[in-house]
Amino acid sequence: MLRPFVALISGLIFCSGLIVSGMVTPQKVLAFLDITGRAWDPSLALVLISAVSVAAIGVAIARRRKTPLLAARFSGPLRQTVDRRLLLGAALFGLGWGLVGYCPGPALAAAALGAPMALAFAVAMLAGMGLFTLFDLRVQAPRQAA
Amino acid sequence: MDNFTPLSAIGGGALIGLSAAILWVANGRVAGISGIVGGLIASLNADFAWRAAFTAGILAAPLLYRAAGGALPDLAPPASLTVVIVAGVLVGIGTRLGSGCTSGHGVCGLARLSPRSLAATGVFLLVAVATVFVSRHIVGV
Repeated sequence: MLRPFVALISGLIFCSGLIVSGMVTPQKVLAFLDITGRAWDPSLALVLISAVSVAAIGVAIARRRKTPLLAARFSGPLRQTVDRRLLLGAALFGLGWGLVGYCPGPALAAAALGAPMALAFAVAMLAGMGLFTLFDLRVQAPRQAA
Repeated sequence: MDNFTPLSAIGGGALIGLSAAILWVANGRVAGISGIVGGLIASLNADFAWRAAFTAGILAAPLLYRAAGGALPDLAPPASLTVVIVAGVLVGIGTRLGSGCTSGHGVCGLARLSPRSLAATGVFLLVAVATVFVSRHIVGV
């Protein structure tokens, strides 16, 4: 029961960070992405730098350990190489992100607060994830069996 | 740069990093929102409990913030419902195909100096910047 509890705390802290930094506001995200705009807002870059710096401390602590505190192993990403899936996926994500200024975390946070557009976005996003999972199972499963 | 909020950006970013550090050091898991939520849909296995708990934390934090009397930020994107739905589907498919979003690649991956995350973050930032440039300065929405 400890692992889900830690995950809950982690989720709470993560979303608090999104709220404190203002990243739940799509206009603020878009103001960062609009690098040639008159009202360019570099805040998101600082959020990212700060988040990566603190997360890197966690990575450094983890490097000194064989296992996580509460689990048998570190479950990092399995894929290791830069491939077409990664680049195409990142491009599709960037397109959707740039169109409205929601990425998954802020969209879920705004949806929880009942923002109608965020709810629509979250439902569409979950549908996209579900569609992908269905499609991926159909394409990948025969390949792996072969 | 009237809207620049450096202090809250650094403070909020530190909380996001702390969350990622806790999940990695304690549970050995990557704090990537799209991966955690996507995995919730993909499988009802033993991983379900922690994924659901993390997602519950993401959804509960704004409600607690509001209950505590926090001022509600502007949550509406400057886009039509159609564009919002198209963008949502693109983000859903893209983050699963590309194995991550701003949190998984942008925060956790860069903290691990992962070449895949560096490439993904570069691509989604570039495409997002290009998308905003075209929609705001060329098409002129």
